[in-house]
Amino acid sequence: MLKTVTLAAIAAMGLSAPALAAESDTLITDYDFPYEGPFGAFDQMQLQRGLQVYTEICAACHGLKYVSYRNLHDEGGPGLPEDQVRAYAAQFETFDEELDDFRPATPADKFPESSLPEAPDLSLMAKSRAGFSGPYGSGLNQLFKGMGGPEYIASLLTGYQEAPACAPEDFPGYYNVAFGAGGFPEECIDDHGHHEVPGSWISMPPPLLGDDVTYEDGHPATIEEEAKDVTAFMMWTAEPKMMARKQAGFTGVLFLGLLAVLLYFTNKRIWHRAKYGQRDE
Amino acid sequence: MSGIPHDHYEPKTGGERWLNNRLPVLGLLYDTLMIPTPKNLNWMWIWGIVLTFTLVLQIVTGIVLVMHYTPHVDMAFASVEHIMRDVNGGFMLRYIHSNGASLFFVAVYAHIFRSLYYGSYKAPREVTWIIGILMYLLMMGTAFMGYVLPWGQMSFHGTAVITGLFGAVPFVGEAIQTWLLGASAVGQPALNRFFSLHYLMPFIIAGLTIVHIWAFHSTGNNNPTGVEVRRTSKEEAKRDTLPFWPYFVLKDLFALAIILAVFFAIVGFMPNYLGHPDNYIEANPLSTPAHIVPEWYFLPFYAILRAFTADVWVVMFANWITFGIVDAKFFGVIAMFGAIAVIALAPWLDTSSVRSGRYRPMFKWWFALLVLDFFVLMWGGAMPAEGIYPYISLIGAAYWFAYFLVILPLLGVIEKPLPMPATIEDDFNAHYDPKTGGTHTAVKPAE
Repeated sequence: MLKTVTLAAIAAMGLSAPALAAESDTLITDYDFPYEGPFGAFDQMQLQRGLQVYTEICAACHGLKYVSYRNLHDEGGPGLPEDQVRAYAAQFETFDEELDDFRPATPADKFPESSLPEAPDLSLMAKSRAGFSGPYGSGLNQLFKGMGGPEYIASLLTGYQEAPACAPEDFPGYYNVAFGAGGFPEECIDDHGHHEVPGSWISMPPPLLGDDVTYEDGHPATIEEEAKDVTAFMMWTAEPKMMARKQAGFTGVLFLGLLAVLLYFTNKRIWHRAKYGQRDE
Repeated sequence: MSGIPHDHYEPKTGGERWLNNRLPVLGLLYDTLMIPTPKNLNWMWIWGIVLTFTLVLQIVTGIVLVMHYTPHVDMAFASVEHIMRDVNGGFMLRYIHSNGASLFFVAVYAHIFRSLYYGSYKAPREVTWIIGILMYLLMMGTAFMGYVLPWGQMSFHGTAVITGLFGAVPFVGEAIQTWLLGASAVGQPALNRFFSLHYLMPFIIAGLTIVHIWAFHSTGNNNPTGVEVRRTSKEEAKRDTLPFWPYFVLKDLFALAIILAVFFAIVGFMPNYLGHPDNYIEANPLSTPAHIVPEWYFLPFYAILRAFTADVWVVMFANWITFGIVDAKFFGVIAMFGAIAVIALAPWLDTSSVRSGRYRPMFKWWFALLVLDFFVLMWGGAMPAEGIYPYISLIGAAYWFAYFLVILPLLGVIEKPLPMPATIEDDFNAHYDPKTGGTHTAVKPAE
């Protein structure tokens, strides 16, 4: 189920050319992810596909400095076997302070940092971009539709469009309907100060075009699927313990609920005599 | 301890007698736990236990978090991520601690508004009230400094805004701000001292909790009728009260279990909902977030702070009468702290001789409006300071002050209170009639 909703964007910062207007209407699609809701779980295959998209495309500029290679083996994550994790890590070089030289990375090392200074680290992107979450950032879409950072990221990756006719040819950046914090040409603002087109101009060139990778599991590599896969992967990098957290939440709610029931009956019984028992007069 | 006559502790064994003669700690515990408590307390009297529990929860989780946290501008953000990713159960510790702050404020606001409705602040409980407000102020300070520690974007720029408030004080403001921050801007000295104070202040709150409990154990609890427990004899007092253990302990624990179940649902399934996403971006002094918004529990007072802009006539008047010393920014700061000060002064602003709002027909409506006003201000504080929102906040702020400074003093004079029950026992029996209840039920409760 895909529903497109228009949201007032709270600035998603850092990615863009200097902003003329801090906010515009943006088009965010409410993508469905398997990990949504209290019962949702990460889809291991999707995380592995997302890792592939990240490795082959995003990693050219962006980093994941808070994530260790060994995390790829962790439960509730992409679940790569240990030998694959070792092989994956060995593709990268890491600077070793003891050797004072570069060496091939091991599972204990962290992913590289962003190679371009203007490309933000992606480790926490899915959590730090949840702020558009509803009209005026009230959080209502987040509460009722489960919309947050992942929907925003997937919408951004698929939100590149032909620049509207009102914009000058040489306006810097790339027109994106999901990006609200970028540059916006004055020519596209009407007399009342309203933006005539949604979104704004982002400095990141379109990273996905469709069929950018070949999935080993034969999954279709359309731009939507690629965007969703890498977004799910980024949700995992931002919240690697999500499955354990939900588990703990269930245990907590279940046992506290049970305790509440027991205390209810205990309390009722204790108070019974005081409330309805024989009175002195 | 209490002024209500009741049975005191009698040592039963030789060991108890030996200890009690040297240190009467068992007697103290007994009298505290068995304190006669008005038996008509309703479900709004559970928040004290919730607050005590939350304080312990925050201290315990906080102490463990400190074992893994590094208060350094280059490492704080990464050390929090280390807690979230590598420390065993660290993600739960941190989410419980950060959402625990919200639980703390939900409970404290419920507790404060309960006192405001049932007149718990009135004589002879003013000292309990003042200590409570001090604890609330310390809680706000602690929560604010705790929010700085993850060193995210909101931590950093929020600190700049809040310490900037002190900079608005005429003549000495800049010196105060520099003294607070330990530097001319937010940086390592500020992070280090906020960390130290964030660890210290909960223990001051814990100490004040003991004084708070001591104070209301000396006067006895208020209750929904506001009618005092009869104290002429032990027998009469017994008809109005029940011992705290087991009656109220069990009742409060039942309520606590339900509240904690909801709390765990939030921690487990939506732990970041109440936080600001920008705080998952490491602090960057060069990039200021478009909207700097405090946590939800500060929003009503943040709205009052921003409501008094330079074009409001009171502000213009204050500016003119003080020859320009009080500007809009300083006025906002005075208004924000004043909004809390008027709560503290409620015992002396309220002229009504009737405690409980239950028997005050006009007060009820003004109080309901105050609760509504609190939420309107909370919403106003979350909105950007442009368009119609500052006006809404201004109306909200005006009502807040009007309630305490005008309505409370006037109502006591013009309002005609409703008849009250003569005793707590009468009120209790009116709810639970033995004719319709227990004497006819099959289950006989065990002794």
